[in-house]
Amino acid sequence: MTAEKTINKKKKIAKNKKTVMDEKKKKETKKTMVAESKTEQKKKKIVTEEENRGITVFPILLDEKEPGEHKKIRQKINKILKNRFLPPAIIDKIIAKVAGDKRLEEKLEIIIDKTWAEYSKNLIDPTEACGMVSAQSIGEPGTQMTMRTFHYAGVAEINVTLGLPRLIEIVDARSTPSTPMMNIYLKDEYRVNPELAKEIANQIEITKLIDVADIEMDLTNMIIYIKLNKKTIEKKGLKADDILESIKSIRKIDAKLEKDVIKVTLDEPGYKNLQTINEMLKNLKIKGIDGIKRVIIRKEPNEGYVIYSEGSNFKKVLEIEGVDPYRTTTNDIHAVAKELGIEAARNMIIQEAYNTLLEQGLNVDMRHIMLVADVMTADGTVRAIGRHGVSGEKSSVLSRAAFEITVNHLLLASQRGEKDDLNGVAENIIVGQPINLGTGAVELIMKHSKRMGETTSAEKE
Amino acid sequence: MVKTTENKHQFDILKHELVPHHEILSDEEKKQLIEKYNLTPDQLPKILDSDPVSVSIGAKPGQIVKIIRKSHTAKEAVAYRLVVESN
Repeated sequence: MTAEKTINKKKKIAKNKKTVMDEKKKKETKKTMVAESKTEQKKKKIVTEEENRGITVFPILLDEKEPGEHKKIRQKINKILKNRFLPPAIIDKIIAKVAGDKRLEEKLEIIIDKTWAEYSKNLIDPTEACGMVSAQSIGEPGTQMTMRTFHYAGVAEINVTLGLPRLIEIVDARSTPSTPMMNIYLKDEYRVNPELAKEIANQIEITKLIDVADIEMDLTNMIIYIKLNKKTIEKKGLKADDILESIKSIRKIDAKLEKDVIKVTLDEPGYKNLQTINEMLKNLKIKGIDGIKRVIIRKEPNEGYVIYSEGSNFKKVLEIEGVDPYRTTTNDIHAVAKELGIEAARNMIIQEAYNTLLEQGLNVDMRHIMLVADVMTADGTVRAIGRHGVSGEKSSVLSRAAFEITVNHLLLASQRGEKDDLNGVAENIIVGQPINLGTGAVELIMKHSKRMGETTSAEKE
Repeated sequence: MVKTTENKHQFDILKHELVPHHEILSDEEKKQLIEKYNLTPDQLPKILDSDPVSVSIGAKPGQIVKIIRKSHTAKEAVAYRLVVESN
């Protein structure tokens, strides 16, 4: 909170309104906190299963634009719900239906009760193997995915790995995607003005010397002539002097500008030296950001100019003036995790995986993908699913042995004298016990203290 | 030439559209949370103290961060992460 405050202070002049909003938010959360502690106290007196669930009042991040009538209904609903929980999305739907309809509003209590009953019925059961369901739900439609597709729905010029290879890439948490790409959004004046957008694109796209000049070797005199192409230089917004400067950064050479030709002489003449310098000159970076090979500017409806780039360098691009750092994204999940944190990486995994599946016409429920993303980001870093990640790091020996490279795991475990608590599924199947899931996880114990007639509701333990 | 901003984090990463709302729980809230769900803090998902968001809100190891995610299914969902030391 304190850090947030100081940041807010810095941007006080420009974002005065924002701070006010933040203050309001803080007040609101404090209110909910107070409400929480009150209900907490009540709960201690009468603790039942139902009242234990969800005491936070939604929505926590308030929508300022919400009309007053909706707010009133929302308050009413929260009153009826008391300690019961309904997701804000469902409450919103009810509000949209009820608003402006007096007869429905009178029956609000019944509506809420019925909705809540239906919602509770549809919640996943305790000890249900939700990971298994997710794996099957993603895996089954996955069999219908095209093995290799290389095109992007919106931008035809940029090749992007899609389909099964991309999905594997996401789940394996590769350090760099095979086709990194960025969607670079621009700030207000830049996104409407094509000239300014082009300028930013020039700053981002990498320009090598070979792109703007012809390089010729004079073998007899041991001189390299660089003939600058005036038109392309102008297009890229460069100057001959700038190019000369960057050429001079190469060691052991001397360069002179004569009209449109740069003359490069060596300090230590030699045929081999000349060849290596020639190669260096060809790949010399004059302008742009490392890693970004190509950019395309497109005009999107309701948005203006958006830059799409082949190759990705999240950190550097965000620092460029005119780029909107709050919306620009990359498909490099590790870069997102590094710059924006683990929660942003989780969002990116969900977005990428969901869009990859959707692009192939496969409608997998988002909750399954959310679960995958949750598991991948559970320990604060992006981990792969599989041998090198989640499955390979399980604490149980038998579980690891059951997954892959059985003999190695058993051998190492016996050397170290490892213990297995038989908590997981695979271990219990190996030793022939009921697994700790579903009905296998529940044991029934009858209370001896109660008499026969009163013990109809056996307690779960 | 390329105009780069002097400060590395001149923009506030907390306002990026991919980053949900984070806040640090007070000791009291932490106690309530643990009581409510009957859990030990290490059963929660983790967030590193070197995580950019942890750095910018000033979360220290041992604290619990409350995350209010924008959910596609529930509109808003609350999650918690335990701040751990990165090694």
